[in-house]
Amino acid sequence: MKRQSFFLARGRFWVGMLPWAWMLLFFALPFALILKVSLSTPELAIPPYVPPFVMEPGAVLPHLRPDLASYRRLHDELLALGTSGADLQYLSAWGNSLLLAALTTLLCLLIGYPFAYHIARSREAARNTLLMLVMLPFWTSFLLRVYAWMVLLDSSELGLVNRLLLAAGLVDAPLQLLYNAGAVLVGMVYSYLPFMVLPLYANLVKLDQRLLEAAADLGARPWTTFLRVTLPLSRRGIVAGSMLVFIPAVGEFVIPDLLGGGDVLMIGRKIWDDFGPNQDWPMAAAVAVTMVLVLIAPIVLLHRHGRNAEEEQ
Amino acid sequence: MEPDGEKGADWGAKRGQAYLRIEGATKRFDDTLAVDDVSLAIAEREIFALLGSSGCGKSTLLRMLAGLETPDAGRIVLDGEDLAAVPAHRRPTNMMFQSYALFPHMTVEANVAFGLWQERPRLTRAEVEARVAEMLELVQMQRYARRKPHELSGGQQQRVALARSLAKEPKLLLLDEPLAALDKKIRQRTQLELVNLIERVGVTCILVTHDQEEAMTMAGRIGVMSEGRLLQVGTPGEIYETPTCRFTAEFIGETNLFRGRVEGGALACEDFPAAILLPPDAALAEGDEVWVSVRPERVRLSRAGAASSHAPDGAGCNAASGEVADIAYLGSHSVYHVRLANGRIVIASVPSVHWGDAPPPTWGDAVRVAWFAPDGVVLTR
Repeated sequence: MKRQSFFLARGRFWVGMLPWAWMLLFFALPFALILKVSLSTPELAIPPYVPPFVMEPGAVLPHLRPDLASYRRLHDELLALGTSGADLQYLSAWGNSLLLAALTTLLCLLIGYPFAYHIARSREAARNTLLMLVMLPFWTSFLLRVYAWMVLLDSSELGLVNRLLLAAGLVDAPLQLLYNAGAVLVGMVYSYLPFMVLPLYANLVKLDQRLLEAAADLGARPWTTFLRVTLPLSRRGIVAGSMLVFIPAVGEFVIPDLLGGGDVLMIGRKIWDDFGPNQDWPMAAAVAVTMVLVLIAPIVLLHRHGRNAEEEQ
Repeated sequence: MEPDGEKGADWGAKRGQAYLRIEGATKRFDDTLAVDDVSLAIAEREIFALLGSSGCGKSTLLRMLAGLETPDAGRIVLDGEDLAAVPAHRRPTNMMFQSYALFPHMTVEANVAFGLWQERPRLTRAEVEARVAEMLELVQMQRYARRKPHELSGGQQQRVALARSLAKEPKLLLLDEPLAALDKKIRQRTQLELVNLIERVGVTCILVTHDQEEAMTMAGRIGVMSEGRLLQVGTPGEIYETPTCRFTAEFIGETNLFRGRVEGGALACEDFPAAILLPPDAALAEGDEVWVSVRPERVRLSRAGAASSHAPDGAGCNAASGEVADIAYLGSHSVYHVRLANGRIVIASVPSVHWGDAPPPTWGDAVRVAWFAPDGVVLTR
C-alpha cells in the first residue's frame, strides 16, 4: 500500500511537470536561441551571424559582446515616426499586421457569435452535428483551402465570384478581388472562424437559461436581455476566442503571401524575408523577439480579466 | 401565524371577486400532459401554494402564469386582463426563481434595479435609485448593495431575489420553490419572515413547493397537484383533516388507509379484524368500494387490557389488538407502528405526556389501537 501511494505521488509529480517540461523544451529554449541570434552581428558565414558571447581560453565566464544594431533599427523607425520620407518598412509591416489581425478578430467575432449562440441554443442532439460542421474544414489541408479562395476570388472573368457578378449584371468588368488587403482579410476570417466559434460555444452552452428567463420576467425585451445579460456573461468566451484568433493572425504568413501578393507586407513576411533572401538573421530574430514581447502584454491583461470574470460565475 | 380558520374566512369573504382566474389551463410536452385542465380562482392579496412532488406540473403552471410557457389550451385572466397574448416581458407578474437566478455579473443594487430600468415610460435615475433603496431596506440588505451575488449567503441571495421580484410592484408575485436552496434551520425561520413581508407589501402571491410544511406554514390556501391535475384546493386545515382523495391523504402528512366495500353501513375490510364503522355523515351506497383514512394522531393506543378514557370502546369505535413493531420517539410525540394479528401495520402518534408516570409501551408489547368512527375520512377516489 505504502509503495503504491509512493508511486502515485511520484506519478502525480511527473504528470504535473509535463507541461513545464514542454514549455521549456518548445518555448523557453527556442526563445533563448532566438534572443541570442537577435543580439548577434550579421556576417556572411554559416550560420550567418557572430554570436554575442565568446568563450576565451582560460576564462571562466564567456565574454559578452551583444550587438544591439537590430533593435536600434526598430527603435530608430519608431523615432522617425511622423517624419516624411522615412523608411518605416518594419513599422508599417507591424501596423499592417496588427490592423489586419484586429479586423480579422472583429469580423470573426461578429460572424462567429451568432454561430456559437445558435449551436449552444440548439437541442443537444443537434449540437454535435453543428459542431462537426464547424470543424469540418479542418479535415482538408489548410493550404488547399487558401488556394480554393484564390480560385474563387480570381480577378479575371474566370473567377467564380466575378463570374457570378458578371452573370448577375452587377458589374461590367471583372473586379480586382485577389492580391489585396481585402482578399487577405477574407482568407484570414474564413480560416480563423472556428477558433472563435469553439470557445464562444463552450462558454454560451453553459449560460444559465434561467438568467435569460429572469431578465424577460423583469421586463427586458430579447435584445436588452442579450446586451445586458448574455453578452456580459459570455465575456470570457469572447476574450478566449479573440486571443485564439488575434495572436496567430498577427504572425500569419501563408494567407497574406498567397492572397495578398506583394501588396500587403505583414510582419510575418518581413521575418521570412530577413531569415531567407536577406540573410539578416539578427534582424529577423529581433523582430520575432519584439513580437513575442508585444503580444505577451495583451495576453497577461486578458488573463487577469478572465480571472475576475471566473470569480463571478 | 393566524389560525387557519381565520385565513380561510378572510379568503372566503373575497371569494366572489377572483383576482386571478385560471380556466382549463393545459400544457403538453411531447407525450406527457404536464398540466391537465387546471382551473383555479385566487383572491387579491391571497398567498396560495401549489403543492406536489417533482414533475407534478406545478412549476409548469407557474411558468405559464409568468409567460415563460404558452398554454396549449385555457385562459389566464389577471385583474380583468387576459394574459394569453401578453409576452413574459410585458406581464404584470414577477417571479422569484428557484435558486434565485440572480445576475452574477451585477451588484445587488443592479440586480434590483434591472427590472426598473425596463419600465416604460422610463423612470429617471433618481426614481430607480429611490426604489432600489426602498426595496433593499424592505429586505434589510442595504449594507450589501455593492456586493455581487457570489459574495452573499444563500439566505441573503434569497432576500435580494425577493427584492428584485417586488421592485416593479407586480400584480402577481410568483415564487418557485422559494426556500428549497436554504438549510432546514434557516428555511423554517425564513418561511414566516417571507409571509410577513408579502403580507406587508400586500401582493397577491402564488408559490410552488414540494414541501408540505412550507406550504402549510406560508399559504392561506393550498392546491394539491399530481400528474398535472389539481386534486384539491383548501386551507391547510381542510387539506389535512378532510382530504378528498387518497393522494392528498397520503401526500400531506401520514395516514392509515383501509380499503374495503360498503356492507350494511360499515366497511368490510380484509386488513382489519372487524368491519370498520364509517363516519355517520358518509353518503355511501351499499357495495361501493371506498377507502377510509385515519390520521395517526386520531388513533388511540393503550396497553392491552387497560381501561382508560383514551382507549375508547363500544359504540362508534373501531378497535383491534396488536403488538408494537416499531417506535419512533420524536420528543413531543412518538410514532408507534402496531402490527395487527393479520400482519397489517397501524400507525399511531401518541403525545409523550400521554403515558403520565407509567412507562410507555415498548417493542413487542401487546397493545390495542382504536379510533372513533367520525375520526375516519371516507375517500371514494
